[in-house]
Amino acid sequence: MNAVIQPGKGVNCRGLVKEYGSGDSRVLALRGVDLEIPPGELTLLVGPSGCGKTTLISILAGTLNPTRGDLSVLGVDLNQLSNREKTAFRAKNVGFVFQQFNLLPALTAAENVAVPLVINGVSRKPAIERANEMLKAVGLGEKLGSLPSQLSGGQQQRVAIARALVHQPRLLVADEPTSAVDAQTGQAVMELIRAVALQPDRVAVVVTHDPRVFGFADRIITLEDGRIAAAHRTEPHRLAVPV
Amino acid sequence: MTWIALKMLMGDRSKYFAIVFGVSFACFLIAEQSAIFCGVMLRTTSQIRDTHGADIWVMNTGVRYVDDLKAISDDDLYRVRSVSGVEWAVSLYRGQGQAQLANGTYQGVILMGLDDATLTGAPTRMLVGRIGDLQIPDTILVDEAGFRQMWPGEPLGTGKVIEMNQRRAVVVGVYRASQTFMTLPIIYTRFSQATLFVPPTPTGRLTPFVLAKARPGTDPEEVARRIQERTGLKALTNDGFSDLTMSYYLEHTGIPLNFGTTVLLAFFVGTAIAGQTFYLFTVENLKQFGTLKAMGLSDRGVVGMILTQGLVVGGIGYGIGIGLATIYGIFAQRAMSLLAFFLPWQVLALTAVAMIVIVLFASLLSIRRALVLEPAVVFQGGA
Repeated sequence: MNAVIQPGKGVNCRGLVKEYGSGDSRVLALRGVDLEIPPGELTLLVGPSGCGKTTLISILAGTLNPTRGDLSVLGVDLNQLSNREKTAFRAKNVGFVFQQFNLLPALTAAENVAVPLVINGVSRKPAIERANEMLKAVGLGEKLGSLPSQLSGGQQQRVAIARALVHQPRLLVADEPTSAVDAQTGQAVMELIRAVALQPDRVAVVVTHDPRVFGFADRIITLEDGRIAAAHRTEPHRLAVPV
Repeated sequence: MTWIALKMLMGDRSKYFAIVFGVSFACFLIAEQSAIFCGVMLRTTSQIRDTHGADIWVMNTGVRYVDDLKAISDDDLYRVRSVSGVEWAVSLYRGQGQAQLANGTYQGVILMGLDDATLTGAPTRMLVGRIGDLQIPDTILVDEAGFRQMWPGEPLGTGKVIEMNQRRAVVVGVYRASQTFMTLPIIYTRFSQATLFVPPTPTGRLTPFVLAKARPGTDPEEVARRIQERTGLKALTNDGFSDLTMSYYLEHTGIPLNFGTTVLLAFFVGTAIAGQTFYLFTVENLKQFGTLKAMGLSDRGVVGMILTQGLVVGGIGYGIGIGLATIYGIFAQRAMSLLAFFLPWQVLALTAVAMIVIVLFASLLSIRRALVLEPAVVFQGGA
C-alpha cells in the first residue's frame, strides 16, 4: 500500500483496543479509545501510571500495532500498512522525543541530529549541515561538536528535539519530555515543542505527568484504565517562538 | 548508516578493543599453527627441493615418500636414458649411514651419492670449501646443521675426518641445507664413493633414484608419463614427488590431526571470545538500535550496521593476527633455528575464511537479538 499522507489531516482513531498476553495473563491496555487530534495544536495525554498513555502514543507513532480499532494518522490507515511500510512511514513522517533523550553516546550533537536525515537517505555532509542549522535554531550553535556526555540534561533534550524536527515530520510524539530535566529547562523544552505544534500542518502529541507544563496545551486528554476519562480544551498561556 | 555504525562501534573503546583482541587472537593462533604445520610439511620435501638440476625423479613403484628407499636395477638408468624426451639421466644414491667420530661416538647420517662425472644434484649454497673437491677420493660435504651437531662449538671448516663402513671420509666443504624432517646430518659424496661408505646390500642393488632432465620445450609431466610407460618404474616431477611425500606424511602420521586440533581450538576460542564480546556489545547497544528502529531504520539497515561493525572488527583483527603471526615467525625462526614456519597464501586464505565465519557467527547472534527488538520498547524506558 502506498502510504501517502493527506494535508490537513491529523490523528483519528475509533474503538482502539490493545491487549497484551493471552489467556489468564491477558492485559487490556486500551479498552476502546476514540480520539481525534487536529493539526496545528498541542495535545497532552495525561493520566496515572499504567493508564495506557505510553501504549496509545506508541500506536499513534506506528511503533506498536493495535489489537483492534480504526487508526488513521495524517490521513494514512496504519492498520493497512505492512511492517516495512510502517517503518518507512515513521522515518518520513514521525519525530520522536524520548523521556531519556536516547541520544547515541558516540555521536556528537550534530551527528545525533543528522540521524533521521541519514535514515531517510541523505548523505552525511548535507545531513550534518542541516543538523547544524537545526541546532542553532534551538540555541545550541556552540555545542555542535559536543558529545551527549558533555551536555547538560536540558541541552540533551534540546538536541533530542532538534533531532525530532530536523526532517520536518508531520507528527511529533514526545514521551515525558520534561521528566528528566529541571523545571526551568522543562519550560524551555515545552516552549520549543509548542512552537512546532502551532504550525498548521503539524500534529503534536505529548505524554506527560508533569502538571507544570499543562499550561502549554491546547487540549488535555486524560486517560484512566485504558479509556479516555476526560478531554478538554484549554487556553494556553505560554507563548512560543516558532522553530 | 555506515559511519554511524562505525562510530557506535568505536565509541565504546574497551568493548571495541576486546572484540578486536578476540578476532586478532583467533587469527594469530590459526595462522601461526597452520604456518608451523606447513613448515613441518615443507621439511618433509626439503631434500627434493634441494636437489637442483633435474626435472624428474624415477624410482621403484613401491616408493611412498622420499625416505622410503627401495633400490632399482642399475640397468634402469639406461632404460630411462632411452626414453624419448629425456635430455639426460643420472643415478642418485640416497641412504642412511653410520659415522664414527674421532672421539669414538657414532652418529646416524643421511648419505647422498651424486653422479661421479657431473655431480648433478649437488648443494648450491656452499659456506666453506668447493663442490669440485668431491672428485678427490674419500671426500664428503656436510651440511651446516650436521657439522654443528657432530662438532659442536667448533668453527665451520674443512679437514674434519669421520669413519663410515671402516673407511675414512674427509670433510672438504660445508653447505647450507634446507631444514629436513629428520634432524640427521646430510652428507654428500660421489655415487661410487657412497657405495663404499655403506655395507653391501643382500640384493647388490644400490640405486634408489634416477634423476632425469626433460629436453628443452618438452613438458616434464609428459616425459615422466613416458618413462613410467616404457620402464614400468614410478616417475614423478619434482612437484609430484613432493606431493607424494607430503601425502604420505599427512595420511600416515598424526601431524595433521595434532595441528588440526590446535587450529580448531584456536577457532573455537576465538569464536567464543569474539562472539560473546560482540553479542554483549550489541545487547548493551539495544537501546540505541531500538531508538533507530523507532525513528524508521529498517531491519535491513540494522543488519547492515551490525554486519559492517562485524566485518570491520574482523578485518582489523585479521590484519593484526596475520601481522603478529608473521612477526612471530620471523623472530621465532631467528631464535630457534629448528622452528618450522611457512606462511603461504593458502594459510592467509584459510585464516580469512575462519575470520569471516567467526564474524558471521558473532553477527548473526547479535542480528537476531536486534531484529526481534520491538521499536515500541523505547517508549517504555526499556530496550
